Amino acid sequence: MEEALTKEKAVWMYQKMLEIRYFEDRVHQLFAKGILPGFVHLYAGEEAVAAGVCAHLNDEDTITSTHRGHGHCIAKGCDLKGMMAEIYGKSAGLCKGKGGSMHIADFDKGMLGANGIVGGGFPLACGAALTAKYKKTKNVSVCFFGDGANNQGTFHEGINLAAIWKLPVIFVAENNGYGEATPFSYASSCESIADRAAAYGIPGIRVDGKDAAAVFQAAGRAIERAKNGEGPTLIECMTYRNYGHFEGDAQRYKTNDEKAVHQEEKDAIAVFKSELLAKGLMSEEEQLRIEKEVEEAVEEAVAFSEKSAYPEETELLTDVYVSY
Amino acid sequence: MSAALNEAIKLAMRKDDHVILMGEDVAGGANVDHLQDDEAWGGVLGVTKGIVQEFGRERVLDTPISEAGYIGAAMAAASTGLRPIAELMFNDFIGTCLDQVLNQGAKFRYMFGGKAEVPITIRTTHGAGFRAAAQHSQSLYALFTSIPGLKVIVPSTPYDAKGLLLAAIEDQDPVIFFEDKTLYNMTGDVPEEYYTLPIGKADIKREGADVTIVAVGKQVHTALQAAEQLSLRGIEAEVLDPRSLSPLDEEAVLTSVEKTNRLVIVDEANPRCSIAADIASLAADKGFDSLDAPVKKVTAPHTPVPFSPPLEDLYLPTPEKVVNTVLEMLGEISTHTV
Repeated sequence: MEEALTKEKAVWMYQKMLEIRYFEDRVHQLFAKGILPGFVHLYAGEEAVAAGVCAHLNDEDTITSTHRGHGHCIAKGCDLKGMMAEIYGKSAGLCKGKGGSMHIADFDKGMLGANGIVGGGFPLACGAALTAKYKKTKNVSVCFFGDGANNQGTFHEGINLAAIWKLPVIFVAENNGYGEATPFSYASSCESIADRAAAYGIPGIRVDGKDAAAVFQAAGRAIERAKNGEGPTLIECMTYRNYGHFEGDAQRYKTNDEKAVHQEEKDAIAVFKSELLAKGLMSEEEQLRIEKEVEEAVEEAVAFSEKSAYPEETELLTDVYVSY
Repeated sequence: MSAALNEAIKLAMRKDDHVILMGEDVAGGANVDHLQDDEAWGGVLGVTKGIVQEFGRERVLDTPISEAGYIGAAMAAASTGLRPIAELMFNDFIGTCLDQVLNQGAKFRYMFGGKAEVPITIRTTHGAGFRAAAQHSQSLYALFTSIPGLKVIVPSTPYDAKGLLLAAIEDQDPVIFFEDKTLYNMTGDVPEEYYTLPIGKADIKREGADVTIVAVGKQVHTALQAAEQLSLRGIEAEVLDPRSLSPLDEEAVLTSVEKTNRLVIVDEANPRCSIAADIASLAADKGFDSLDAPVKKVTAPHTPVPFSPPLEDLYLPTPEKVVNTVLEMLGEISTHTV
């Protein structure tokens, strides 16, 4: 039942986590310089969740994401250059620059879209899972959502629908403690999001979302259950976002103590790195090589995006059936 | 019309096994042991009767009363390879699931740079005159017409309903298909075979040279009755049925107005920001030189739909209201007699 974390999977996860961290840190810098338009929500700090879950998925498995979606995109295999160019609003972006940070999608990779509407993804994940079930593909659909979304009606409607139809969905809560600037303890009447699974007769489990191996194991069990036709599972991953809700958020609601704990001693990447080195799942040589490669890949993505052109004016009127 | 719609759904499901049907009680009686291969209702108004018997419960999915859940699921099922027909029992219920239409399904293709398609048909009912009161009688097609990415169809006859529903199901974009529940019993000639009608093509339901009456859905019949009465007075009205509001066949409206030089729009929705207002603006913008008189609208008042039968009758456009509007426009009666 328990899928072992192989060396190959472990190194893949470490690399994806690093890609997310470096990518987000770079977006943070670019945004501060006023280079990126609009607004962005960064995933740094929560890497273990996306990497631990997506390590089990192939391109035919689907995910729905959130406004904080860069990490999910990277873990699901989206191209860094295409992603960065999309955030720049350039034509080489994954959505031709027409979606932006909150709407990055890559259907070829099973990435059904980041989503600007909190709670928008629950029904969508059910729909993708319905397709998988109807076509008997044995694929699964993962719905990533934040703690802020667990009070939306779609949370309850989506989980109920997946439960009664035994759809192969894994609902993955990323409980980072805050919905925007409001603490989870204020906004939710339950002790834990996982407890809400009981209302729908499905398993609900809470894991340390900073522990990539723990997320990997929990997701593996849920996915196996889904593939066996036993229906959805709700996994609550306890995590923390290193940056604010959006870039420019002064984060006055956070305490210095919690920042120290989460961003230093419990940093998901540092913890996972020590673990892999200690267990011999990754050599120091590999670690250094990966760090160098990822750094270069992110810099390449930035250079690529800088050089990419903005969309042609004619793009305003394409990809929609009519314009009056 | 109900039978024509039922036939269209069956034909589509026979032709393509990616077509599934989902909604509240579209079969009815799920999990009831003695109804495994049968149904309880076949839709709350019986439109989908007999479909589960032919296609089974794997393709005819009764949903919980959970519109945001299943309409959203249908959107993503469409974008991942199925071709769902989802029923929203009354268009008034859109309030519970608008986000999944407005921000999800309607936006996917454009927002994702053309990489996603959402071939879903949402069938829904509209229309007053059913004594169904304020929350089950509205005609909300203008709301959807204002959302880019959606197609909006409002058929007025069984023949149009069947051909346009089949076209909607074949279409790669999300289509909102409005059925006037008071027309379900209407009869008419409908070929048994599979046929489609082009979406975005208006139909002239009656030719005439003196005034153009553009009417939507059931109001096409109000307009036709008015045209008969006007004909007795020697006034020949052209009755134009847009059939789809998005895309709108602007050319057909402008060509007719060019011929008649007068335009009346009959629409049972509320008057502000409506399809009537939209077509009036089209005439003002692109047909101004053809007009010999101000454009007139015959619509519901800006009120919710009342329950009390005499009030509801007053709420709806009638042939008399249309006749009087045309006569006034032609200077044959004064405002005071209206």
